[in-house]
Amino acid sequence: MIRIILPTHLRNLAHVGGEVTLEVPAPVTPRAVLDALEAKYPMLRGTIRDHGTLQRRAFLRYFACEEDLSHESPDAPLPEAVASGKEPFIVIGAIAGG
Amino acid sequence: MSGVRVLAGTRKGAFILSSDGKREKWDVSGPHFSGWEIYHLKGSPVDPNRIYASQTSGWFGQIIQRSDDGGKTWHQPGTPPGEQTAPGGAPKGESNKFVYDAAAAPLTTHQWYDGTQHPWEFKRVWHLEPSLTDPNTVYAGIEDAAIFKSIDGGQNWKELPGLRGHGTGPKWQPGAGGMCLHTIVLDPSNPQRMWIAISAAGAFRTDDGGKTWKPINRGLKSQYIPDPDAEVGHCVHHIAMNPKRPGVLFMQKHWDVMRSDDAGDNWKEVSGNLPTDFGFAIDVHAHEPETIYVVPITSDGLHYVMDGKLRVYRSRTGGNEWEPLTKGLPQKDCYVNVLRDAMAVDTLDKCGIYFGTSGGQVYASADAGDSWNPIVRDLPAVLSVEVQTLS
Repeated sequence: MIRIILPTHLRNLAHVGGEVTLEVPAPVTPRAVLDALEAKYPMLRGTIRDHGTLQRRAFLRYFACEEDLSHESPDAPLPEAVASGKEPFIVIGAIAGG
Repeated sequence: MSGVRVLAGTRKGAFILSSDGKREKWDVSGPHFSGWEIYHLKGSPVDPNRIYASQTSGWFGQIIQRSDDGGKTWHQPGTPPGEQTAPGGAPKGESNKFVYDAAAAPLTTHQWYDGTQHPWEFKRVWHLEPSLTDPNTVYAGIEDAAIFKSIDGGQNWKELPGLRGHGTGPKWQPGAGGMCLHTIVLDPSNPQRMWIAISAAGAFRTDDGGKTWKPINRGLKSQYIPDPDAEVGHCVHHIAMNPKRPGVLFMQKHWDVMRSDDAGDNWKEVSGNLPTDFGFAIDVHAHEPETIYVVPITSDGLHYVMDGKLRVYRSRTGGNEWEPLTKGLPQKDCYVNVLRDAMAVDTLDKCGIYFGTSGGQVYASADAGDSWNPIVRDLPAVLSVEVQTLS
């Protein structure tokens, strides 16, 4: 079971309170996690990745295991701790403004 | 019993302000979609319970929201209220999908601030204009500039590519707010005709339901483009029309207040005795088509009202002769702005006038501008104001 932490605004949009948990078949990659997330919560389509290109939106980043994975390949396997559910995959808004 | 419902979009959510026909006591509902920029909300003229809203974020992109009960509850079109998923239903999240029709009109570049060419990229929906006859049909004005249409209540959107494909796109450029299509005016006497305006390209008109468009900027003069009389490149801020007199248009340009008596084919300046003719908002009295309203703003470098005084200016002569309306508005130490979509009129007798400010106030006049009262004083910065007259 994969654990995902979303920014507050996206949790509200998806009507979820805390962490989201999903079954994601191996290999567990950012693309596979986000595909599964959008399949379960279609209202999130376009909010994390662009509708057309599926590129990560510019002001969002992906963290896991205290690493910034934003610029890793979307098809690179996520750390074992994420795949096993020990650590969450975190989608976080970039800091901007004051 | 008549009433009004004022729809205010702000930097941090939407608010709905309701009153009876006296327009003295107000109920305030909101924030809806708290934390998101609500560029625009507008109700259907044929079904006042149907309201569309543009919810947007630089972080999370574009969301379209819809209410079918006058703003009490909201959902993304295609996602029934209260449900996350609808088994066997239409794909959800589609209502947020705005993809340029590059097959019909290849994506070109447009002019960037420094004069170089820049890719065309979708950013957000600035304006939603529901059809005059069908609550499920609605138009969307887009940044980077394009017009989209939905005929299924906002669930699926298709571009009307003839506008972006007009051929002058590489000469269009962004204003301070971006390269946005911010104004859509529908002609109640001719369903094939509509007007749109783009900052900074100018005004365009279609006479065939959106298939083809022509620039209608003759008479506009803009010193910030190499040829002040160019066919396109003008920073039109807003266009207003009294629906009872289609074809007579009033425009607040970047500088200059303009008027056209021939559906936009020709424009003449009617700034007259305004203290400054820079501004964003403009609107027309619901029952007196020669009575128009603007809120002069100091300049393009100083986006606040002049001399610390918030003054609406009214012309009862279709322009040129203007009077300041100040009763109930702050006349010292006021430095707010009023944006292009942040003024609206109701159709009650007497006509009500409404506007919102960058300081978070929404002001209402129940006597056509003679006097004003704040409905609310401390909202987030107001981006848009629309009003529904309810019977």
